[in-house]
Amino acid sequence: MVQALGHTTIGIVRELGKTGWFLLYSFYMIVRRPGNPLHVLKQIRFIGTKSLFVIVLTAGFTGMVLGLQGYYTLSKFGSEGMLGTAVALSLIRELGPVLAALMVTGRAGSAITAEIGIMRISEQIDALETMALDPFKYLVTPKLIAAMISLPLLCAIFDVVGIYGGWLVGVKLLGVNPGAYFYEMENSVVWRDVYSGFVKSFSFGVIIAWIGCYKGYYAGHGAEGVSRATTESVVLTSVLILVWDYFLTSVLL
Amino acid sequence: MITLRNLHKSFGTQKVLDGLSLEIPAGKITAVIGPSGEGKSVLLKHLIGLLQPDSGEVEVDGESILGLRRSQLNRIREKFGMLFQNVALFDSMTVFENVAFPLQEKTSLPVDEIRRRVITALEDVGLKNVENKFPDELSGGMKKRVGLARAVVLNPRIILFDEPTTGLDPIIKRAIHQLIKDTHAKFGFTAVIVSHEIPEIFDVAQNVAMLFRGEILQHGTPEEIINSDHPAVRQFISGSLDGPIQMT
Repeated sequence: MVQALGHTTIGIVRELGKTGWFLLYSFYMIVRRPGNPLHVLKQIRFIGTKSLFVIVLTAGFTGMVLGLQGYYTLSKFGSEGMLGTAVALSLIRELGPVLAALMVTGRAGSAITAEIGIMRISEQIDALETMALDPFKYLVTPKLIAAMISLPLLCAIFDVVGIYGGWLVGVKLLGVNPGAYFYEMENSVVWRDVYSGFVKSFSFGVIIAWIGCYKGYYAGHGAEGVSRATTESVVLTSVLILVWDYFLTSVLL
Repeated sequence: MITLRNLHKSFGTQKVLDGLSLEIPAGKITAVIGPSGEGKSVLLKHLIGLLQPDSGEVEVDGESILGLRRSQLNRIREKFGMLFQNVALFDSMTVFENVAFPLQEKTSLPVDEIRRRVITALEDVGLKNVENKFPDELSGGMKKRVGLARAVVLNPRIILFDEPTTGLDPIIKRAIHQLIKDTHAKFGFTAVIVSHEIPEIFDVAQNVAMLFRGEILQHGTPEEIINSDHPAVRQFISGSLDGPIQMT
């Protein structure tokens, strides 16, 4: 019993160390050998551009539901005019970065793990090693850089689309004064809010690429190993995003 | 020359290499034969540092490759080319890109020169007009040949072949063996071939080592192995069911 507990603890600590080392080494490689910019562009296209549709779609509906819920709550206090502020602050500070990151996790994070995992089990990573090439340079750093660039941009798009979603419901459907919607927003949203959203989405980008690559890189054997790695990657990334979001909020608030 | 001394390697409770020692002479073709699942691929991966032994020593040209920093290990790996058992071509790249990849990454040759070398390497293995295909679109034999072209394109001094002919028809099998012999005659590299092809391999290799129960049972010229009086070697070569090698 005690032995099993010790064994598990050592296993967890070792895994944590390995995961942390993986991230440190990735950053070291970004500085030392940034690799081919074309690879980065290709990854930006995959992680960023191809996520646009799902981001716009979810952002639109998130903004619309915020419009509905916000109107319902605010009308109890007779302050429907504050709807723009409520929608914008919720989106920029919280929902934009988190929901955009969760959508990208589902779409691109899983794909990153599957791609690297298949390269692992089909010995393509070993092949790179035997050619005296560092697999990180080809597989990990381009994805990490691309995610760090894409996520803040996707988050910005999410925010803008969401704000117009809220506008559509609040102003066009429920009859909030259009001037008040944007005027109150302009008055109350400060640079600090935008900045905190940016920091969040940037760090979520790091988490998505980091865990996605790590789980794929150490995928187990066969198709089952890759499928397990992909599942673990999505679950762990999502959990980490929400946990990290809490800590970051408490620091940035 | 590659020297292995007293290698031990276990995966969990399963002992794969158990005090294995072997000298692989430079400039010759050495074949490693032995029953399936006895750790031949594991042995090959130790030669190039893809696996680290639990204990023992691996030396390449008199230099230990264990416990090295990545940059030092890479310097030694540059001497090597490797053909994997399942070829391990990069499946998101075309045939041309696969063979060109080591040249692009490891040399500063101009584009036309790379193009010329890739086409030559592919022609040497008997492939034409497949440059723009993806590995998925090729047959098993063609993939092996592309892998061979990729392994030799940088003119390495040591080439490791992990079952280069397994699963191929007899004609392609012979063609690949001939190809290994021809390229070896042309470039004079050190070759290590893991193979099940009895008796064809005796015709290809100048040295044969039999791996059994984690050790080298016998190492010598093909004639010595063919005329061995060791019961396990005799059983393996004749493919008999009776003897020390038991299927479990």
